[in-house]
Amino acid sequence: MADKQCKLLVIGGGPGGYVCAIRAAQLGVDTMLVEADKAGGTCLNVGCIPSKAIIHAADEFYRACSFTADNKLGIVAARPSIDLQKTVQWKDSIVSRLNGGVGGLLKRAGVTVIAGKASFLDGKTVKVDTDNDSSGSVTISAENIVIATGSEPQQLPAMAFGGNVISSTEALSLTELPTTLAIVGGGYIGLEIGTAYAKLGSQVFIVESAASILPQYDARLTEPVAKRLAQLGVEVVTQARANTFTDAGLEFEIKDGSVRQLPADKVLITVGRRPRTRDCRLSELSLTMNGDFVEIDDRCQTSMRGVYAIGDVTGDPMLAHRAMAQGEMVAEIAAGLNRSWDKRCIPSVCFTDPEIVCAGLLPAEAIAQDLEVDVTQFPFTASGRAMTMEREDGFVRVVAQKADGVIVGVQSVGAGVAELAASFSLAIEMGARVDDVAATIHAHPTLGEAFQEACMQAGGHALHS
Amino acid sequence: MGMHTMLLPDVGEGVAEAEIVEWNVKVGDTVLEDEVVGAVMTDKAAVEIPSSVTGKVAWLAGEVGDVIAVGADLVRLEVDGEGNSATHGGSSSTNESADTRQTEVTVSSVVKPNKSPPAVQSETSVQKTAPSRTAVSASASVPSAAKNAKPLAAPSVRKRAKDAGVDLTMIAGSGPAGRIVHDDLDQWLEQGGSAQRGGKAPNNAVKEIKVIGMRRKIAEQMTLAMSRIPHITIVEEVDVTNLEELRVELNTTYQDTRAKLTVLPFVIKAIVEAARELPEINSIYDDENNVVYQHGGVHVGIATQTDNGLMVPVVKHCEVRSLWESAEQVLQLAGQCRDGAIGRDDLIGSTITVTSLGPLGAVATTPIINHPEVAIVGINKIAIRPVWDGQQFVPRKMMNLSASFDHRIIDGWQAALTMQKLKTLLEKPAMLFVED
Repeated sequence: MADKQCKLLVIGGGPGGYVCAIRAAQLGVDTMLVEADKAGGTCLNVGCIPSKAIIHAADEFYRACSFTADNKLGIVAARPSIDLQKTVQWKDSIVSRLNGGVGGLLKRAGVTVIAGKASFLDGKTVKVDTDNDSSGSVTISAENIVIATGSEPQQLPAMAFGGNVISSTEALSLTELPTTLAIVGGGYIGLEIGTAYAKLGSQVFIVESAASILPQYDARLTEPVAKRLAQLGVEVVTQARANTFTDAGLEFEIKDGSVRQLPADKVLITVGRRPRTRDCRLSELSLTMNGDFVEIDDRCQTSMRGVYAIGDVTGDPMLAHRAMAQGEMVAEIAAGLNRSWDKRCIPSVCFTDPEIVCAGLLPAEAIAQDLEVDVTQFPFTASGRAMTMEREDGFVRVVAQKADGVIVGVQSVGAGVAELAASFSLAIEMGARVDDVAATIHAHPTLGEAFQEACMQAGGHALHS
Repeated sequence: MGMHTMLLPDVGEGVAEAEIVEWNVKVGDTVLEDEVVGAVMTDKAAVEIPSSVTGKVAWLAGEVGDVIAVGADLVRLEVDGEGNSATHGGSSSTNESADTRQTEVTVSSVVKPNKSPPAVQSETSVQKTAPSRTAVSASASVPSAAKNAKPLAAPSVRKRAKDAGVDLTMIAGSGPAGRIVHDDLDQWLEQGGSAQRGGKAPNNAVKEIKVIGMRRKIAEQMTLAMSRIPHITIVEEVDVTNLEELRVELNTTYQDTRAKLTVLPFVIKAIVEAARELPEINSIYDDENNVVYQHGGVHVGIATQTDNGLMVPVVKHCEVRSLWESAEQVLQLAGQCRDGAIGRDDLIGSTITVTSLGPLGAVATTPIINHPEVAIVGINKIAIRPVWDGQQFVPRKMMNLSASFDHRIIDGWQAALTMQKLKTLLEKPAMLFVED
């Protein structure tokens, strides 16, 4: 017998889950949300938000340090120091503010939030082991269930998390600066955290098994990042495989088969994230899987009717904003609306230094899809705004269909370009052609002008290059 | 003032010459553009020749009955302006004739909205699109959708479309690069292109097809037959199990030496036998002079479908033909019809007609009599149907005959007798071969 009943039960209160629950409740669907931890999921608690806080602190510290030497701006400053404990407290205060915000939103929308660990009994029933309920557990039956359990850092068998082997979660709460930090995995998480610690003063090296860092992007996009890492004194070893971690440091095998060892106080493992499918006894449902991930259709429905899955548990790209969009869609489907996934692009941002933004198709991806495209690029060396910010590295690149100029992809690398992501995706989502963007007045002087210029170039009338 | 020469156009594939069968104008008459100046008859059909210009007739190629070559001068007209001929009687050069023909085609393909379609005689069909908003015409290309598989539309448009159950790939956008904008969606919804159509685009195209040549002849013939002849149609079912057995047997026996028999030669044979007893069905009725010509010879018209339309070649004197002779003749004539090689003599002189749609033959038809005949027999398809044999249902091969008679000449009684006769003969095919 079910103790509780609802129309929509969301398992997991991350960006996918809480957005889904709020939207469903707004639409009048009787909604419950189960969360084992704090609301906000990986993103808010141990991912996007805390990492951006640490990156910001590191940037500020690094900048302050740069003024201790002779500099073009003529600023003279004494050598700064950083109290990392305080930094982490500040970061935690932001996280808890946002935790509270999410909780408030859920409450205001009328979502019943149940704290506890959910496990499936069947496709319509979930048991929740609660912390505070006297009975210890509650059974909830629901018409529709949304699996939004997210993901967790992937372990390496030879180096299980614990002690000085840390995941991104721990790396974002270190109160003491490691003198030496080894990072296994040169994806965006490893690079973001590695860059921050390098700026804070750690000696950082990165071991990546692929031929380059950020292997999903092309060399033109990653080159400015690699250059900056070198400037920051970060050693990047590609085509290398980490073996073991001892007191002496991280031992890894390089391309020619030889074994190297570099000293490291701590080793951060950022080799990817795996879906959280075990905790909630998902196997009970025998859903069709796609590798470790739950397979979904274009309505986020799993192979079982009435069971949906959103977010990281459904695979790449594991991005909060994708999960949110999926959550919103599923909520509307649960409310009886006709919806299916029709997004044209899911932008991605690497908060490396410089930042990388990708919306839509990379040139190689467009070609792989048999699209005939023009690729144009505007460098920040020609941007007045970039010059005044002392950051001329990077560019904006536009991939547009040859035949009709419809923009199918926009990428950028550069300091602060993350904020351009919105206009890139907007252009693609609206079906803009290069001449639409070229004819849109972009405020001067801003980095966004580079987007306009790249589009002008695609239209054959570049002004500033 | 100049001289415009109209040439005898290419009136049909493989036709080298045509007989002038009618002049609608004489020298000195003024003709308007598109007005019919005359008609020529080829082996296939009579073709009316419209004037390509407005002018005064100065010369005609010959008298009715003369045969002239395709491409030869047909009519010369005095026209305002230069015309297309340098001299009065000058024969046209190759270039000139090409020009002339081109002019003709150009003129006839211009749509004249105020002209009722049948008045325009032309070989050219004109596609005319009814007034519609181009934005929602799905016949227009959808470039972005074709390439990206996803329609080019802003998210708000996509959401509205989803809500309304509209498949955006069906809509051609009016925006740049074929982008679908809210207006396009509004128009689509206004025109009722929503869910109940299953996302199909309404097609507002109207194709104007001139009724000319053979189609016009068919139309005239049908109108004549249907308006003049009070039809009585009788449908009778025939158990053809035995006939089919016999037919298969004969085809097996003679498969290498004789033409394959269809049901048709048996029906012809049955008509011959029926006409022996009921000679009134094998007649020509001259209703203007109130005379019925009852024929001794049974000349069976065979309704034959060709690419150009219905033709009725005639198998003459079926009363003296064997099954195979009829079969071979039917095959040969039908082939000639389809190839356009049929001679005029083979298209005239029928006294009764048979129409069969073959395997498409339907359960029953209402055949239209081939005027001025008085009877037509339609053969419907054979199907195995349960038949009560007095004790039980047995599967029998059943075929319907749908026959129409001119009720002015043939009474219901005679019509019924004819059908009974045909039924008896076909059900006991041995009777077909009993010589009296």
